[in-house]
Amino acid sequence: MAIETTTTDGAVKAAPTPDRSRRTALAWLIARRALMGLVTLWCISVIVFVATQTMPGDVAKIILGPSATADQVAQLNKNLGLDQPLFSQYWDWLRNVLTGNMGNSLVSGQPVSELLSERIFNSATLTVMAMVLILPLSLLVGLLAAVFRDKLLDRSYLGVSLIVTATPDFVLGSLVVALFGTVVFKVLPPVSLIPPGDAPWQHPQELVMPLAVMVLVGVTYLSRLVRVSFIDVMESEYVQLAMLKGLSMRRILFRHALPNALAPSIPAASIMAAYTIAGSVVIEYLFAYPGIGSALVDAVAGHDLPMIQAIIMLMAAAFFCFNQLADVLGTLNKSR
Amino acid sequence: MKAVEVTGLTVALDDGSVIVDDVSFSLESGQVMGLVGESGSGKSTVGLALLGFAKKGANIVGGKVVVGDVDLLSLAPNDLREARKKLIGFVPQDPATALNPAMRIGTQLTEGLIGDKKENLPRIREVLETVGLPSDDAFLRRHPQELSGGQQQRVAIAMAVAKKPKLIVFDEPTTGLDVSTQARVLEMVAQLCADNGMAAVFVSHDLAVVGTVGDLVTVMYAGKILETGTHEEVLQSAAHPYSIALLDSVPSTRQRLALVAIPGRAPAPGTKFDGCVFADRCGFVEDRCREAPPPMVATSAGGEARCIRVDHVRKNRTGQVKEPLRLVEGREEKTSVLSVRNLNASYGRSQVLYDISFDVAPGECVGVVGESGSGKTTMSRCLIGLHEDQTGGFEMNGEPLPPRLRDRSKAIKQQMQYVFQNPYGSLNPRETIATAVMVPLRHFYGDRGKAARTKAQEALERVEIPWRLADRYPAELSGGQRQRVAIARALACNPSLLICDEVTSGLDVSVQASVVELLRSLQDDGLSMIFITHNLAVVRSIGDRVVVLSQGRVVESGAVESVLNGPQHPYTRGLLADTLDVDRPDSETSDLTG
Amino acid sequence: MIRTRPTEQGVQAPPQNLTRRVLTSKQTRLGLIMLVTMILFAIIGPFLTPHSPTAVIAKPYASPGDGLLLGADSLGRDIVSRILSGGINLTWMGIAATAGGVILGTAIGLVAAFAGGIVDTLLMRVVDVLLTFPTIIMAILFISMVGPSRWILVVLVAIGLTPGMARVMRGAARPVMRREHVMWARTIGLSSRHILMREVLPSVTSPLMVEIGLRLMWSVVGLASLSFLGFGVQPPDADWGLMVSENKDGLAIQPLAVLIPAACVALFTIGGNLFAEGAARVIGRTEGARS
Repeated sequence: MAIETTTTDGAVKAAPTPDRSRRTALAWLIARRALMGLVTLWCISVIVFVATQTMPGDVAKIILGPSATADQVAQLNKNLGLDQPLFSQYWDWLRNVLTGNMGNSLVSGQPVSELLSERIFNSATLTVMAMVLILPLSLLVGLLAAVFRDKLLDRSYLGVSLIVTATPDFVLGSLVVALFGTVVFKVLPPVSLIPPGDAPWQHPQELVMPLAVMVLVGVTYLSRLVRVSFIDVMESEYVQLAMLKGLSMRRILFRHALPNALAPSIPAASIMAAYTIAGSVVIEYLFAYPGIGSALVDAVAGHDLPMIQAIIMLMAAAFFCFNQLADVLGTLNKSR
Repeated sequence: MKAVEVTGLTVALDDGSVIVDDVSFSLESGQVMGLVGESGSGKSTVGLALLGFAKKGANIVGGKVVVGDVDLLSLAPNDLREARKKLIGFVPQDPATALNPAMRIGTQLTEGLIGDKKENLPRIREVLETVGLPSDDAFLRRHPQELSGGQQQRVAIAMAVAKKPKLIVFDEPTTGLDVSTQARVLEMVAQLCADNGMAAVFVSHDLAVVGTVGDLVTVMYAGKILETGTHEEVLQSAAHPYSIALLDSVPSTRQRLALVAIPGRAPAPGTKFDGCVFADRCGFVEDRCREAPPPMVATSAGGEARCIRVDHVRKNRTGQVKEPLRLVEGREEKTSVLSVRNLNASYGRSQVLYDISFDVAPGECVGVVGESGSGKTTMSRCLIGLHEDQTGGFEMNGEPLPPRLRDRSKAIKQQMQYVFQNPYGSLNPRETIATAVMVPLRHFYGDRGKAARTKAQEALERVEIPWRLADRYPAELSGGQRQRVAIARALACNPSLLICDEVTSGLDVSVQASVVELLRSLQDDGLSMIFITHNLAVVRSIGDRVVVLSQGRVVESGAVESVLNGPQHPYTRGLLADTLDVDRPDSETSDLTG
Repeated sequence: MIRTRPTEQGVQAPPQNLTRRVLTSKQTRLGLIMLVTMILFAIIGPFLTPHSPTAVIAKPYASPGDGLLLGADSLGRDIVSRILSGGINLTWMGIAATAGGVILGTAIGLVAAFAGGIVDTLLMRVVDVLLTFPTIIMAILFISMVGPSRWILVVLVAIGLTPGMARVMRGAARPVMRREHVMWARTIGLSSRHILMREVLPSVTSPLMVEIGLRLMWSVVGLASLSFLGFGVQPPDADWGLMVSENKDGLAIQPLAVLIPAACVALFTIGGNLFAEGAARVIGRTEGARS
């Protein structure tokens, strides 16, 4: 025991709990998390609602533009239910959202859910493909950097990752486009238009550049965590003891170090997935990729209120789910 | 043939500074050598170097380590690994961090052995039983964090012993354990080495531990061996001035001794010396000591010491046989400075203190003794008002004292001062030590500027911190100096009661001695004190009365002499029996087992 | 007998020299130089423009020549003038948002750590909720409703930075709260203000310094990205992020109209990151692992 400064020596140390009680404690914890999660999601819905429907200024005017007549405004207000009391507005809105009825687009008149379904599919494809590449690559890069710590390889890796981390996605994307799409080599299409009705993987060429940017950003973030936690583990007392026991380097690396080094990286991976969702807005817009990110930019430009609400709720919910997942994984880790 | 032969072992840091300098010794099979030294002496580095290992940033630059007939340091990496696997066991200081949290005990126990898991299981079970652990499959399936500290340490020992090594290195294996667990573990270590014919090197900062477990004792200081010999030779008739000084600074449970601190400050690892490494702090120093590094010289007792004045030192040493201090009698007064009545405290639903009652008379030092988990820290937090979940009554100088800090008046806060255990945390790292002492002066007395500086200077000089250090930051001071500043800060408030919470447990013995002597001198000035500690010996040397806490209850209290000479409660008796003492030439009972 | 092993906790360099110590690293110096250069460039730039940055004076994507050093952009405006005047908004907005987020976040974090109990739980709940809402999405949401006002952008980005900052500072302050010098200050009854400002805040300046660099980087990244998406500085005003998106369709013809503004943003943010990481490394080396 280290110097007993913070331990209150009177407190009874937690006795080693049998598996079952630990499992129920864990289930209870996750249930509480889920409940907190619902409350948080509700908060988000209130924020979105408040931001979109009760902002100072007339929403209808924003939608119709400054040249709208008073009649048009009144008509739209009625269509949107804006003449109802606030609470019932929220209630109707929430009920519709929960039943998947997000209303119709003000621009095209089609149901939002229909318009978005293909977009969601495209975005999800891009994100999943990116994650599939990011996870093993981060592990590999992080491990290599840790093993060659302070050597040339590690230093140059750190330099590159410092620059990539600091560079905004749109700058990286523009550079990649300039390099491979337009200025230097013209090997790839500079925009990633996927025709409606086609699955993204039918156009592999179009996917290369947006994926490359997402993977580059993701790998630099995640591999640094892998590197640091691997270095920490390699300097731990138990790895030192394993060396003193005369174990082979392979056993030390794969049995002693790796499981402990991976543990902290797993929650980080889900946090990264969450940030990838937020980052997709910029990347999809840059490459004109037909996902929900670019749909959001278009919807804002077209004052398409139901679309904006739907997309933001969707993104916030997805972002939140991954965050929550990270939390649970982190707790699982700690309790182990 | 010797089982272990170490010659000229030298370890240096990457920048070239030598942290272990020319260490040589040899061991027979079954022999245990205690390697003792204060922090920074290089003893743990030697322990690791015996396995051909150096921490990151350090390298073994010379010497030979021969175990059996293998010279470890000349082996290629793969052969060295094999040699570690077969020849040498290592028991780490802190098994809580040295056992892999993600692997089962069983796997960790079998993985280092030659042959597959099945073959080795019977051997593992046998060893687990020898070290007093269960050996069933359920136990082997556990993870380290499901065991107590003592169990973890036994697992670590079993792990090292299972391969039947020729040499086993213990790196302070009992540092984190309670005295009773420590006593059991030490007994077991001695038994194991004798039974299996293993040579062992037992690294420790604790002279009593080393004296209990070691056949040989080797004293290290500043990377060098200063004295070596059998444990009688070194502990009973030490020859090197450093060993003598170290022994003088160790408190005893059996008699109230004045502790003698070693002047000066231990050199940082890697410091270069032209002559003797101890010359700057030695009471016997001569000019020629500083000219060339002294060689090891045979002493008249039979050991060897690195001192050119061995004979002179032996003839003229002082303090080896110490006169016990007399207790100051007649402190019977009517009003207590503090009286505690039926104090109960809990954390949430679990109660940790039950009906604690005691009094502190003016000018008296009450020692509160307890092992970890006894509730002593909670008790001290209750006294100072930091623990809110408490019931019971306090009186200070006859006036009722509110239990909560926020209900206490400024005068009470000034009367009652607290010194914390950890010298590294008790001072604000961003304030100079002068400021640290002036903050309470300004708070309680409104002193500013010159008046405050004068008072601060007085307080610092009272604790023997020279005023030229006033503008230093805590990081620039040693642990002992920081603890003195913390005491000076408390003194600046002009308190009537000082609560010292384990103030010496983070310090080396020689530094502990100086802090204890400082506190004793404050007591002579009339200050009342509550001294909380786990260490009976320190209580013996400073306490007037003692309160023994066990599992949140006072099991025994009374005058120090009567409680420690004739303990009534079985817990106190057990505690006393398990507390190791350095065998001294003057102790009447030197047959304490361990 | 000492049960706990006395370990000298690495001799620290005098802490009052945090700034000087941090500047001993080449990396932090380089980062600081880049930051200051970009800030000066952004401030002085608007006074050096050869043309009006908003005036259409040539054909779209006109080649260099005719007094246009780098040619014209997608609408026929002078690229040099637009670059020179395109940083000032980003700079002041970035610094203002960072200052707001850092101050607010530090205050929340320290108060939560100091008060503990219910106040801590409540504050951290709010922070958690805010953290589940990505800054850029929140900014888009509000801007789509109230229009791209610069001050609103600053406030939104500051609010976006606050929860993360609060968490970090609370994390850094909590171990300090348990340190003995803080407990001692409480036992002698020093005021909360004294404890927070004199005992706690000075002990968390190291992570604070690192965070300022990081948050500056993030706020500039966020603001530039919003401009790029069209939610930040509005045309016809010049802005680096906006220029990238205005001219990206002409990348093949006039690459410099995209690449130079992109590089300007990148130099700014890389400067911030260099400083933050260099400082973190120096602090890690001289003070041990960050708490």
